[in-house]
Amino acid sequence: MMSRSARQAATPAPEAPAMPQNRLVTVEDLNVRFLSRDGDVSILNGVNFTLDRGEVLCLLGESGSGKSVTLRALMRLLPGNARISGRLEVDGHDIAAMKERQLRPLRGSTVAMIFQEPMTALDPVFTIGQQITETLRAHKGLSGGAARKRALELLELVQIPNAPARLKAYPHELSGGLRQRAMIALALSCDPKLLLADEPTTALDATVQIQVLLLLRELQKELGMATVFVTHDIGVACEIADRVGVMYAGRLVEGADVGRIIKEPLHPYTSALMRSTVHAGMRGQVLDSIPGAPPDLAALPPGCAFAPRCQSARSLCVQDEPGSTSLPAGRTVRCHIHGAEAAWRTSPPLAE
Amino acid sequence: MTDTLSLAPKTSPRTLPVDDRGGPRQPMLIVEDLKKHFPIKTGGAFGGLRTSVKAVDGVNFTVAKRETLGVVGESGCGKSTMARLLSHLITPDTGSIIFDGEKVGASGGISVRDLRRQMQMVFQDSYSSLNPRLPIVDSIAFGPKANGVKGSVARARAEEILGLVGLNPRQFARRYPHQLSGGQRQRVNIARALAMEPRLVVLDEAVSALDKSVEAQVLNLLARLKEQFELTYIFISHDLNVVQYISDRVLVMYLGQVVEIGEVDELYARPSHPYTEALLSSRPSMDPARRRTEPPLAGDPPNPVNLPSGCRFRTRCALAEEVCAKVAPVLTPLPDSPTHPVACHARQPGAGHSLSPAA
Ligand SMILES: Nc1ncnc2c1ncn2[C@@H]1O[C@H](COP(=O)(O)OP(=O)(O)OP(=O)(O)O)[C@@H](O)[C@H]1O
Ligand SMILES: Nc1ncnc2c1ncn2[C@@H]1O[C@H](COP(=O)(O)OP(=O)(O)O)[C@@H](O)[C@H]1O
Ligand code: SF4
Ligand code: SF4
Ligand SMILES: [Mg+2]
Ligand SMILES: [Mg+2]
Repeated sequence: MMSRSARQAATPAPEAPAMPQNRLVTVEDLNVRFLSRDGDVSILNGVNFTLDRGEVLCLLGESGSGKSVTLRALMRLLPGNARISGRLEVDGHDIAAMKERQLRPLRGSTVAMIFQEPMTALDPVFTIGQQITETLRAHKGLSGGAARKRALELLELVQIPNAPARLKAYPHELSGGLRQRAMIALALSCDPKLLLADEPTTALDATVQIQVLLLLRELQKELGMATVFVTHDIGVACEIADRVGVMYAGRLVEGADVGRIIKEPLHPYTSALMRSTVHAGMRGQVLDSIPGAPPDLAALPPGCAFAPRCQSARSLCVQDEPGSTSLPAGRTVRCHIHGAEAAWRTSPPLAE
Repeated sequence: MTDTLSLAPKTSPRTLPVDDRGGPRQPMLIVEDLKKHFPIKTGGAFGGLRTSVKAVDGVNFTVAKRETLGVVGESGCGKSTMARLLSHLITPDTGSIIFDGEKVGASGGISVRDLRRQMQMVFQDSYSSLNPRLPIVDSIAFGPKANGVKGSVARARAEEILGLVGLNPRQFARRYPHQLSGGQRQRVNIARALAMEPRLVVLDEAVSALDKSVEAQVLNLLARLKEQFELTYIFISHDLNVVQYISDRVLVMYLGQVVEIGEVDELYARPSHPYTEALLSSRPSMDPARRRTEPPLAGDPPNPVNLPSGCRFRTRCALAEEVCAKVAPVLTPLPDSPTHPVACHARQPGAGHSLSPAA
């Protein structure tokens, strides 16, 4: 493993942290808007979460719910037309306030990212070895020889068979699973404290997916690395998450330990999502799909964004946006049933 | 069920009578010894070595009428190549395809043109399969028009089919592909295939890019259309739960070959090829308290250009023995289950493997 001092040299030491010792990420009231000529669209509407060192948070939700935007906001990797507000703290750095120039050394060292499509992270004209070595030299100031040695170690760490030969391979010469692992090796090269993973196993087949998930879990434990892992697959979350955050229309609607979410989902969207997922033993049944479609973010309905599709919706739900309720065991949920419960119960049902 | 799709009108599913030539007992499709080797050049001083990727290498199977055959296997094992071979989008090197009793491309058989009308494909990438400059109603009407149906008829029919896949034609017919969500685009693709009034639909990762709730909608749609149009499906997917849900039988491929075929419940309950077993136990556990600790299958598939001798799975098989390197196993029914063929020495009587059942 990398020595701690090498990391200190590469990234500026954080100012005295005013937060619990093992708190790595704090996101408070995160809002993201995209500006466009047709009008601005609010994509994230007050996202809150925290992440401890070494912890794995899975963001679950339908496509377009804002999972990737949340992930990218953490490193301010959003396009120029994006406007971020709220508090964003990673390893003591005030990400929201930092200058682009100050952010750059953080990216790829303190925080690393992996994607669904490894070719977005790998450069097709350089070999795997060249890319890892170059990153190590740039971020960690290693000499050529030391960087090459470390690159080989990294390929072995991510269990790429026949690693010395693979250092000389170009990305297109590797199978999908190997490419994914090469990208992980590249992401790990600077010993990140936080890994941001955007559906890194979605394109892989089952045997390779489980290999990569187990590998990530092992590395994450071994390196004490915290991870935010975006997926729309509950099974994947079961294999890797400590906690799960469920997103709907730009909000975190439920957060809990993975075991609790699976056993006892509280938010009607979370339950509906689980019911619509095809499990073993459902052959011949009509699947319980969620009626309707996710809302247009440019024209969110008043009240709860899930109300038009929610079987429990009442008048209250289309008037007031439910706030976040904190429940025992660190659970949070944004739904009137679990917040203003009496108000929800006495509120008249929706007219057809 | 509040699925919008069930509100679709139950119009007469077909305009043409089904030309069921062979009768119900004639398989929809018989595939014999299908092969496709892609020639490639490997680096070398004198223009390189000429070798080939054995993408599909001697595949045999049948699909009964109104059956759904699921196809699974590792990425790169030849599933998509096989799908394209079936509809002659690429030409097989050898082998024959018999569609409802008629040999494809042979004299006295069925022409490739007729086959392509009766066998439709739906792919994963719903974007690239639609013309971005055509309103979707025209994309759907395009095929029938090219087959001689009058424009106004084809278009009216296209609108009807949009309704059948749960897209209100008044709202959607004039939209362009980029104005649709992924799930809606995939329904348009299915509509486009249906407009040709096919008998067999090959779905290659057709729901893989969709969200779970949209996937559920499309799977419900496929089930309903199958009944209504008396369709036969070949359903290729990486999602083993979805394959189990939709298939009657499942075919397992490894490196260009079929290693096991079985009725879905039996195959999932009793996977008999070591690769099938590893594949099925690679499914995520769905219980965080009982996570997997070891990957069921380690390593990577061998280079398809340079295949191992004997059994192609032996480099990763926990049961591999000497005989496996010498003799290539042949797809043979299990002794106690004639409808469940497996290509593995350990499952075949007298195959010379220490686990071979007694002959
Ligand atoms: N035109 C081609 N030229 C050379 N090789 C090819 C060509 N098309 C496919 N192959 C190779 O043939 C093999 C089978 O490919 P195919 O696309 O059928 O796999 P697949 O099983 O569909 O994989 P996936 O699950 O990733 O979709 C692969 O090794 C692939 O690289
Ligand atoms: N650069 C952009 N400009 C405008 N809208 C964007 C941009 N990037 C993403 N969006 C929108 O933000 C929403 C959330 O996107 P995303 O976070 O990618 O969803 P997902 O949950 O699938 O990862 C979507 O409606 C998407 O269309
Ligand atoms: S607030 Fe109302 S509409 Fe929203 S999820 Fe809860 S019950 Fe359903
Ligand atoms: S033939 Fe041998 S190597 Fe191949 S799957 Fe069977 S036991 Fe394994
Ligand atoms: Mg995304
Ligand atoms: Mg394919």
